[in-house]
Amino acid sequence: MKKIEAIIKPYKLDDVKNALAQVGIQGLTITEVRGFGRQKGHTEHYRGAEYTIDFVPKLKIEVVVADAALDGVMDAIVRSARTGQIGDGKIFITDLDQAVRIRTGDTGDAAL
Amino acid sequence: MRSPDSTNGNRLLKTLAAMILLPAVVAGTALAQDAAAEGAAPLTAEKVMSQVGANGVDLDTVWVLLAAFLVFWMQAGFALVETGLTRAKNTVHICMKNLLDFCFASVMFYLVGFGLMFGAGNGFIGSSGFLLREAVADTFGSLSWSPVCLDAKFIFQLVFAGTAATIVSGAMAERTRFPAYLVYSIAITALIYPIAGHWSWGGGWLAGKGFFDFAGSTVVHSVGGWVALCGAFMVGARLGKYGPGGKVNAIPGHSFPLMILGVFILWLGWFGFNPGSTMAAVGQGAAIAHIAVTTNAAAATGTIGALLTAKLWFGKWDASMAGNGCLAGLVAITAPCAFVGINAALLIGLIGGILVVLSVVFIDQVLKIDDPVGAVSVHLTNGIWGTLSLGLFSDPVYGCTGPKPGLFYGGGLEQLIVQVIGVVAVGVWCVATGLVLFAIIKAVVGLRVTPEEELRGLDVDEHGMEGYPNFQLVKH
Repeated sequence: MKKIEAIIKPYKLDDVKNALAQVGIQGLTITEVRGFGRQKGHTEHYRGAEYTIDFVPKLKIEVVVADAALDGVMDAIVRSARTGQIGDGKIFITDLDQAVRIRTGDTGDAAL
Repeated sequence: MRSPDSTNGNRLLKTLAAMILLPAVVAGTALAQDAAAEGAAPLTAEKVMSQVGANGVDLDTVWVLLAAFLVFWMQAGFALVETGLTRAKNTVHICMKNLLDFCFASVMFYLVGFGLMFGAGNGFIGSSGFLLREAVADTFGSLSWSPVCLDAKFIFQLVFAGTAATIVSGAMAERTRFPAYLVYSIAITALIYPIAGHWSWGGGWLAGKGFFDFAGSTVVHSVGGWVALCGAFMVGARLGKYGPGGKVNAIPGHSFPLMILGVFILWLGWFGFNPGSTMAAVGQGAAIAHIAVTTNAAAATGTIGALLTAKLWFGKWDASMAGNGCLAGLVAITAPCAFVGINAALLIGLIGGILVVLSVVFIDQVLKIDDPVGAVSVHLTNGIWGTLSLGLFSDPVYGCTGPKPGLFYGGGLEQLIVQVIGVVAVGVWCVATGLVLFAIIKAVVGLRVTPEEELRGLDVDEHGMEGYPNFQLVKH
């Protein structure tokens, strides 16, 4: 199993969710997060003074997939979250040891 | 030939006539019966006129009270503007200050302030009329030009004192101790505001010189503004406002809907503040309406002027500056509202709106005095501008019983010079008393919260509660 963590622009959530549904993803978790990458935040104006938003609001999507589904899911996220502008986000993938469906006790791929 | 329609028309006319005449007949009978019961002469023209006069005073009173209630509601406007332009972690703190300063104003202005301001005394200070007692002959002669009863005059003047007091909370927001602010509220409504006000509105020396301030650009707003400047200076900038090397950091407010709602409430309240300052209604209809129009005109162009200045200067349609601009226009038109035409009012407001942006940046970035809500720029800068504008635009068409014609209306510099004297005198008084007051509070009560309290927010440490429990707050 692989765990995919994708940091995306908040307004891209619907597109990404629909794209993931089309490749068969049944469930995912999102978190509102703030952070910066090479973009290093952005400046805004308030009453004549500039100030920097160091941590830009983003959404983090967490989804766990069977190994065989990984490429398709990554591709779906990249296609749906990309605007071509700076700040489109990143995808991180880690190996996952185990998953359990609490209601039934199913484990592994059967729990996804 | 009579048609059924015309019959119906006649019936309708008769009914209407009965509806209009019946109460008059009943009232007339009642008066006649009263007269008969008293054994006096029947209804006379004198009796009718005296009843008409009494009704007129009642009309005056209703107008003065309605205006007072509108001005009272401005307290809510100030609370919302200041809450919106400060951070969520200090919401309870700013709301409580706005609530309590009017409470202390209500007590102190009754006990001391009203007597010092309007009671008979000398040119500098009133020395009678405390607790509304008419202890000496003609105690409140300075207000005898208004026909309404003393209680009506008092509550109308009380809400003005409350307005001057509440201006300061915004400038000192987010770092001033609650007890310190309470002591300040007592001092301004008992002493600082009433004594300065006596000079212009209590028959004092400025009034004697021919100084005019119709509804209080100087008497109310610049007094609050000067003391706000002293307070913001004495309490120091918020932590993080100025970085090393003099870098100016923005500390954005947390709710623009609250701020703009506050601006609308203040705009509405100003229709009591300025038009209500006729303190009479009978025979004043045209004046009241004209003042409402000039007041509204300046609010509108103040908003536009500030917004365009901010857009041209900063590149953005800055909502907080637009809100400040609206209030700036209103403060500016407060002194001249009854004495200038609509075109002049439009110009006075527009300049006020431009001035408020320049002033905010000057105080924030050059003087480096931290005024989170722009209170000094709105009330002091534009209190001064409005007072001086009277000397420029005063038009004898509107102010026939008031000031001399302004510089642009053939009156030369005469009125303008008097206006300058008033601005300077009130400024010297407020800065001197304000600095002493805050120095005493600093030494005796403590002016500022600890850095830890300031960083956590004053709500938790001073009031033991959060403004928005169950909301996720992002603390700067």
